[in-house]
This record gives sequence, structure tokens and C-alpha cells, in this order.
Amino acid sequence: MASSSRLAIADTTEAIPAISTADLHKHYGGLEVLKGIDFHANDGEVVAILGASGSGKSTFLRCLNLLELPSAGRLHIFGEEVKLRPGDANLRIADRKQIDRLRTQVAMVFQNFCLWSHMSVLDNLMEAPVHVQRRGRAEVRDEAETVLKRVGLLERANAYPAQLSGGQQQRAAIARALVMKPRVLLFDEPTSALDPELVGEVLKVMRDLAAEGRTMLIVTHEMAFARDVSSRILFLEKGRIEAEGSPQQLFGGGVNERFDQFISRFSQG
Amino acid sequence: MDWPFLLDVFHQLLSGLPLTLQLAALSLSVGFVLAVLVAAAVGSPFPPLRWVARAHVELFRGTPLLVQIFLIYYGLGQITPLRQSFLWPFLREPYWCAILALALNTSAYTAEIIRGAVQAVPAGEVEAARACGMSGFMLRRRIIWPIALRQGLPVYGSEAILMIKATSLASIITLTEVTGIAYKLISSTYRVLEIFVVTGAIYLTLTFLLSSALSLAERRLHAHHKPS
Repeated sequence: MASSSRLAIADTTEAIPAISTADLHKHYGGLEVLKGIDFHANDGEVVAILGASGSGKSTFLRCLNLLELPSAGRLHIFGEEVKLRPGDANLRIADRKQIDRLRTQVAMVFQNFCLWSHMSVLDNLMEAPVHVQRRGRAEVRDEAETVLKRVGLLERANAYPAQLSGGQQQRAAIARALVMKPRVLLFDEPTSALDPELVGEVLKVMRDLAAEGRTMLIVTHEMAFARDVSSRILFLEKGRIEAEGSPQQLFGGGVNERFDQFISRFSQG
Repeated sequence: MDWPFLLDVFHQLLSGLPLTLQLAALSLSVGFVLAVLVAAAVGSPFPPLRWVARAHVELFRGTPLLVQIFLIYYGLGQITPLRQSFLWPFLREPYWCAILALALNTSAYTAEIIRGAVQAVPAGEVEAARACGMSGFMLRRRIIWPIALRQGLPVYGSEAILMIKATSLASIITLTEVTGIAYKLISSTYRVLEIFVVTGAIYLTLTFLLSSALSLAERRLHAHHKPS
């Protein structure tokens, strides 16, 4: 039910997808990791990107904010074509300022949290809004405290990352992304580095964000989460989109044989 | 124990302390600036610059400091064009020769410390900064350099201590810093043991003060390693 209302939001803005790729390729040396991905995510969509390890799902996500440079293809963010120029093996960034500007709108949450170890949690949250977005310190501090409260870390605002548990670090990293007021959130296996008992607290925060109608692209191995929270599943295999559809369709079975095999491996595992 | 003599020696040696501190402070500062340039050159995309920087590091790390001091103080004077150049007023002074040798020497080691510290910055933290829209100078100033400083400070502290002790070699080229004065006192009193014990104690005090200051700085910068 939740997903259908989100799709309704998506329909109204379908003219300009939040992010779209056309024939996106990526290879490392002779190894072709992405073999032409055509994809778009509309505002308000929660897309779960699934696939076995080596399927290219993380690489694909990292291409969307240019942490990986694609070898060929086109990328549009909020309707704006990302300017890339030919390079040796991969495309190159043609307009650094454009990338830096778009990146503040496409925030990323990493598998290993990647909080800045030399700053307190609060400083981690304030760093990019103050220095990159050049917003006022007082306003950013208020916003940061609001977001910290929301992820349940307000009382840990002055702690350093090394003093936090994995689950707390990842919630802080999500908070760091949120303070930038991004239009899209990218999650790269956000719970894969966590102890099993800490996964729930992070997924809960992500569920809340999804329920707000935020645009989220999530690479994950949490099948139950993907099924319950996402509005669309993107299933990658060997660098191609093998299946795509609503979780109800795909998890119902019988749509795509490889997806069914993939899921059954998980339920056995 | 001849306390009055020791006290007298101590007072006389202290008169060399300003020169020792000057040699250490100047060569460490000049050496650090040089090291930053060398470390930047080692990481440069322009190969000749990289080769020059590598050669600099290998040369000054691979030869004894004493040989470097001799080469600069005695050796350069044999090069006629240099004797006639504007540099000569400096290069004929043992003071500047000592500083030059010490600075070049420490710059080679420090360049390697800087390179290692920057390489040790976790790739994920740099990536997170890029993903927030940071690049270029801001990325370095806000993320890479502060983390590298925390990684490199303990090692650089050792280098600074080595340099304080290395200033004693300047006595060989006639400078009357602490060790130079010690030599003079010995040649007039022949009381080697007492004089060098006091000399050693002065260096020990200096290096102890420096290492205390460094561990204080480390503790302040490493706040994230302390349990809450």
C-alpha cells in the first residue's frame, strides 16, 4: 500500500526523473562490470538494487555520483546531463563544479560508514553543509541537532566515530547525508558491515525515510527490507538488468527465473 | 662530586643553548617547508619532478649527515663560480652551512613521513568527502591534511628529536653551540666525564620537553581514540 502511494507521487513527476542512465558501461581493464544499464528513478521512488556479489550493483550505484567513472554512456541527474568527456579507459569529469554541486544533492551512505575520524559526530554533520553548501553555522547546527535527535544520537553529538558502535556510526552517517537536504539518497550496502543485532536500528531509520517519500536507491542484501520497503526492485546480473519490477511482482515468483533462483539461495542461506 | 664545577660547566654550556635551539628550530622549519615541496613533487603527475624528488630523498637519507656537513662547508668552497656568486657570503658562514645541511637532511626524512601519512588516510573517508561535493584544496585542507597530521605526528616527533641531537654535529664546523662549548671546556680542563654528562643532560632535557609537548598535542588531536 505504501509503495502504491509512492508510485502515484512518482507518476506526477515522470517527465523529469531524479536520476537516469542511458547505456551505462563500466570496465576495469578487460573486465566488463556494467554492460549497458538503462535506468531511471523518479522522485519519491525507493529502488532496491539486488544482485549477487560481482553483479555490478555497487559499481552501478557508485557511478551515479561519479565515485566510479563510467566507461561509456550518459547520466542525467535532475534532468541535467552530467558533463563527461572521453578519457583513456573511462570517461572523465568535464566540469568539476557541476559534479561537486550535484553531489551535494545526491548524498551517499557507505557500507563502512566512512565518518571522518578526526571530527565529532556533530562536526561530521556540519562539515559539508557549512563548507561546501556555505549555509549559516547556526542554521546548520539546529538542523544537525534535529536530524541527530531523529536518528537517536543527539546525546552522542560530541562523541568521536571511534567511540560509537557500528549501528550508531551508520545512523550518524545517514544523519550526515540528511543534513545536506539531498534530493536523492544512495545507500551502498548500508548494513553489510554491521553485527546482526545492529542491523535493525539502521533499517528502522531507513524505513522511516522511505515512508517520508524520499527518493532512495539502495544496494542491499536485506531481502525482507527490499520486499517490504522498496517501490521497485532492480535485479542485476553480470552487469545487466536481468529483472525489474515491483516487489509484489518479483517476489511473487515466476516473473524471472534467475531472480527466483537468487531469492531461493537467500532463503536457504 | 665537584658540584661547584658541575654548576659552572652547566652555566657555560647554557650559553650555547640559544645557538642549539636556533639551529634546531630553523633547520626544522626550513626542512619542513622543503619536505612539503618534495612530498608534493613525489606525488606529482610530471615524471621529471618525481625523479628529482626521489633523488633528493635517496641522496640525503642515504649519506651520513656529517659527510653532508663537510661537503657543504668545506666542499662547496672549492667551486670557484660559487665563491664568486651572491651565495658565497652565506655559504662561507659555518652557521648557514650547518642550517643548510640539517635542513636538507631532515627534509628528506620528513618528505617520506608526509608521504606515508597522506597515504595512510583511509580511502573511505576521502571518498565520503568527495561524495559530499568536496574536491581540490578544500578536500585537502578539511579532510586529508588533518587526518594525515594525526597519522604522522608521532613519527615526526621522533624526527624532531633526532634533529635536536643532530645539531651537535655543527660543533665540528666551529659552531659554539652546546657541544662546541663542551669541547672547548674539555680542552682547557680535561674533565671529559663531568662535562659530557652535563652536556648529555642538557640534550636529554630538551628532548624530554619536546616529547612531552608532542604527546600533549597527540592527546589533544587524538581525542577520538580516547574511550568516552
